[in-house]
Amino acid sequence: MSGYVEGVIILVCINVIAVLGVSILTGFTRLFSFGNAGFMAIGAYASAILTTKYGAPFPVALVVGPIIAAIAALGLGKLTLKLKGDYFLITTLGFGESIRLLFLFAEPITGGARGLSGIPPKTTLFIAIGITVLAFLGAWNFLRSKYGRNLMAIREQEIAAEAVGIDTAKFKEYSFMISAAYAGMAGALLAHYYMFISPIMFNLPKSAELTITVVIGGLGSLSGSVLATILLTVLPEVFRSAAEYRMLLYGLAVVVIIVLKPSGLMGYREFSLRPIFKLYERIFKKNDPTQTKGDGK
Amino acid sequence: MKPILTITNLHKHFGGVKAINDFSVTLEKGKIYGLIGPNGAGKTTIFNTITGIYDPTMGNIALNGESIVGKAPYEISNLGIARTFQNIRLFGNLSVLDNVIIACHVDAKYGLFEAMTKFGRFKKNEEDIKEKCLKLLQFVGLEEMRDDIAGALPYGHQRKLEIARALATNPDLLLLDEPAAGMNEKESEELVRFIQNIHENFDLTILLIEHHMDFVMSLCDEIAVLNFGSTIFMGSPAEVKSNPAVIEAYLGGEDDA
Ligand SMILES: Nc1ncnc2c1ncn2[C@@H]1O[C@H](COP(=O)(O)OP(=O)(O)OP(=O)(O)O)[C@@H](O)[C@H]1O
Ligand SMILES: [Mg+2]
Repeated sequence: MSGYVEGVIILVCINVIAVLGVSILTGFTRLFSFGNAGFMAIGAYASAILTTKYGAPFPVALVVGPIIAAIAALGLGKLTLKLKGDYFLITTLGFGESIRLLFLFAEPITGGARGLSGIPPKTTLFIAIGITVLAFLGAWNFLRSKYGRNLMAIREQEIAAEAVGIDTAKFKEYSFMISAAYAGMAGALLAHYYMFISPIMFNLPKSAELTITVVIGGLGSLSGSVLATILLTVLPEVFRSAAEYRMLLYGLAVVVIIVLKPSGLMGYREFSLRPIFKLYERIFKKNDPTQTKGDGK
Repeated sequence: MKPILTITNLHKHFGGVKAINDFSVTLEKGKIYGLIGPNGAGKTTIFNTITGIYDPTMGNIALNGESIVGKAPYEISNLGIARTFQNIRLFGNLSVLDNVIIACHVDAKYGLFEAMTKFGRFKKNEEDIKEKCLKLLQFVGLEEMRDDIAGALPYGHQRKLEIARALATNPDLLLLDEPAAGMNEKESEELVRFIQNIHENFDLTILLIEHHMDFVMSLCDEIAVLNFGSTIFMGSPAEVKSNPAVIEAYLGGEDDA
């Protein structure tokens, strides 16, 4: 496999992990965040500082990065999750930008605007795919357990969720922390793939991109999120010349989707091969005279 | 008989509106109570205050002798009070079965790691929950619709599903807000038997709000009549029917909504 293709796959994997987190938060809990790039930044810097400055082994950095991101989400959530939906969104936006500025100004530790370089290249194709598969399965199982069901109950009918005994504040907190941990993992992998990070990589457009991807894939469909990430990561790579118009394309895609199909590519459904088989069967049956003659009734 | 719920001198004001104005009642374990009164009398507000959606302006609510004032709605649910809503609140985009399964979250003892890996107690817990919920759906007659989307069910079935979901939390006290709303004579007669059935099978105390007089009269052991947030009369169905104050305030010219 060429280094280029390998690189694209690794990028897809990293984006998928971050988007899975947002999918749990936004698609399944209906909490909108425009600050998840901030959690990516925390995971990236925490892990990179550990491996570069303290010589910590990569697996340790991969565990610590997401944990610190989740702890940050716990703190932020305690302060803001009680707020009504749109206020929560605004605070996450403020948080993401504050984190970016914090890393920008903490120059002695983070290298400031020049960035942090010399990070060991530890994110191999194997590791990226392996962690992505685990992250997907973990999220898939999570959503099919009481945890995921409680989040969906909050999404559907918060008052009824409380009325059946769900501590909605606690489970929103869980959702936020898990989304931050996924972002932190993506950030850690990113740092050890690029070998270089700088605050600008984790700006507001990056946060917006994650949420937009989830909306395009379908709020409430994990496989839709993955599908949308693959499309939105690979297409700009294929049409290199269009890459600079990426945000414009994202914006247009969202407008078109919201207008044509507000539930996103997949709606609430998960991707399965069954519709393809059905389509195949239908075409097959149409061409099969014995079938059409047979069902007279 | 021991009281399960004791409400004393309850007030709930919204600005200048005294939605509940010095309401007191004692519910004994195992009985079926009715709460009637004209539109805007404060019936739903009483339910919302019992279940912690609103904090009372004044007064006390005690469950089995312990005050539940100030507790969050989810805590009150976990203490054994379940309810349905006047304007049905189902988890609309989820299946009928999932609506009931969600209410069994307390029965799922597994932790986060077990959930993400399906290790440990996960499989057993989930199987038990599913079995319990299928039984419940069978009991309320919705088992054939288990995979249907809850929001797409006919109105009467949605009401039954809300009751099944409430029962899934293993309540001691069940609050029903206008369960017969929108039903015709025959359907509401059926609902009387349905609720009696639930009452016998689940060892419950029931407090229900209803405008259909025949429904309340044939189902309830005792009825509280509310007007402007205060009790104007409390007694057996026969006593309510013959009380002049009640007739004037409520049974008189008032028509069902
Ligand atoms: N959240 C609220 N804010 C302001 N006023 C409220 C609120 N909830 C209820 N009220 C007012 O309190 C009074 C009692 O309302 P409530 O819904 O309890 O009546 P009800 O007896 O259930 O009537 P109905 O038979 O129409 O359901 C009404 O005047 C209503 O407008
Ligand atoms: Mg009402």
